[in-house]
Amino acid sequence: MEQIPMRDGYGKALLELCKIDKNVLVLDADVAKSTRADWIKQQFPNHFIDMGISEQDMVGTAAGMALAGMIPFVSTYGVFLSGRAWDQIRNTVCYNNLNVKLGGAHAGISVGPDGATHQALEDVAIMRVLPNMTVVVPCDSIETYKATMAIYHTAGPCYIRFGREAVPVITTDATPFVLGKACVFRPGSDVTIFANGTMVHQSMNASNQLQKKGISARVVNVHTVKPLDAETILSCAAETGAVVVAEEHQQAGGLGGAICELLSQHNNVPVCLVGIHDTFGESGNPCELMENYGLGIQNVVDAAVNVLKRK
Amino acid sequence: MSGLKDLQQLCNTVRKDIVRMIYTAGSGHPGGSLSSVEIMVSLYFTDIFRCFPENPDNPTRDRFILSKGHAAPLQYSILARKGYFPVKELKSLRTFGSPLQGHPNMKKLSCLDCSAGSLGQGLSIANGIAFSFKHTHCTPRVYCLMGDGEQQEGQVWEAALFAAQNKLDNVCAIIDCNGIQLDGSVKDIKNMEPLDEKWHSFGWNVIKVNGHDITALHEAYKQSEAHLGTPTVILAATTKGKGISYMENQAKWHGTAPNAEQYAAAMAELSLEVQ
Repeated sequence: MEQIPMRDGYGKALLELCKIDKNVLVLDADVAKSTRADWIKQQFPNHFIDMGISEQDMVGTAAGMALAGMIPFVSTYGVFLSGRAWDQIRNTVCYNNLNVKLGGAHAGISVGPDGATHQALEDVAIMRVLPNMTVVVPCDSIETYKATMAIYHTAGPCYIRFGREAVPVITTDATPFVLGKACVFRPGSDVTIFANGTMVHQSMNASNQLQKKGISARVVNVHTVKPLDAETILSCAAETGAVVVAEEHQQAGGLGGAICELLSQHNNVPVCLVGIHDTFGESGNPCELMENYGLGIQNVVDAAVNVLKRK
Repeated sequence: MSGLKDLQQLCNTVRKDIVRMIYTAGSGHPGGSLSSVEIMVSLYFTDIFRCFPENPDNPTRDRFILSKGHAAPLQYSILARKGYFPVKELKSLRTFGSPLQGHPNMKKLSCLDCSAGSLGQGLSIANGIAFSFKHTHCTPRVYCLMGDGEQQEGQVWEAALFAAQNKLDNVCAIIDCNGIQLDGSVKDIKNMEPLDEKWHSFGWNVIKVNGHDITALHEAYKQSEAHLGTPTVILAATTKGKGISYMENQAKWHGTAPNAEQYAAAMAELSLEVQ
């Protein structure tokens, strides 16, 4: 399977947007080569602003640009964008419902050797609690492209997070993508695995293994954490009677938290969460970090087996 | 420019609005609202600031970003006196359902160019607007009022660098240098002086002015308009709580509402001042 970093999809979409819309501006905080905002710098220098190492100012400036009718895409590492500039995102971007797009790169533990300070594992949680915010976590480069185009077409603040590593391209240009609409990637009747980001591919592999054990696991790509597709999630949960949520993020507050909040108000379906369990990461290569921090294929398999015992 | 006497009279009216609003609300920030009165009157009620109260969304208008959001009562009074909404609405400050939130909210009061409340953010916002105007070849100017205590926020200096780097000469920042923040004097808490040297070294055109002298402020705004190539900051030396003798230079009046007796004394003093 072809492997491409999701950030390439982000960069490709930004190029496309700068081509079609003179009001699109791309801001970066001295990591443009990493986020692929550098592609804009090369091809559309008038659309690119390097803000220097100043995340708070970057978000505030983007807010001003949005007030003046521009469509700023703000890119840097997800951990610094969501954390360092949270107050600016809350009190200026979201409070005023401004059309600012936030691209959180190098998200998750799979950023690898840079270690814990650079691994965004709480970003989805602290972005999704903000009123007016849309939060998207695509699963591969093609979906990242589509998601970036989709948030361009969606008025208001949006946070899109994507990883650093080359990851398998599991969707095609023809795969449906609608913001706010979860997508069943694999049918199944015993348990539903809701996943996003890198954990969609892991969950597909887990589903294969579960099949060998005689367990039919449905895999649903919940790329949009907010607004959450309540209809699809509730119907999948009801139909299969057991739920696993898998994400490259803390178990607390992310997609798992969002789905538990929803399910708890509607039914008693048992849930098992796969994610980082209240700890920081460390340096290492992406695969060994995923395996050692509970994000391996086997972790998803185990979660499915365990949740079925509570059915 | 209206006559100086008229503008001084207007400042007095605005001060009464501020004291009355905060007294009626039972909470609010008189000190830093009163200190910025001349700064705002000389901006809005002369030939400096282009705005269209009858058509507030006119895209050619200049923009004003209040960064020291706690001076909301001042901003509301100015906008009401300018004709954006009825003066009688001022009494709804800080009450449930009012467009006049404790700190300004553009979603509830649509004539605002931005909301405010979290300190240190306004200049970045002003820069973003100003950069976009340059990008799209628009001519309006962008004004941003900050406090001197607010200068302690690191984001202010990130924004200062950005504006200079990008030659945003369509930005005019004004700092209300009243010397006092909530907990005490700026000098004692985290000294920001010499502010003029700091801003100059950050690449800005610095103008120092008496922040209660309307003529001098007007001249400073004119100079900022004429100055090309770098952004301008006007350092306006002011008195916190200006106009109410018992409030002047007192940190406790940063964010305290007067009681009935104090209110009467303040209004009496302001009425006396007119004559």
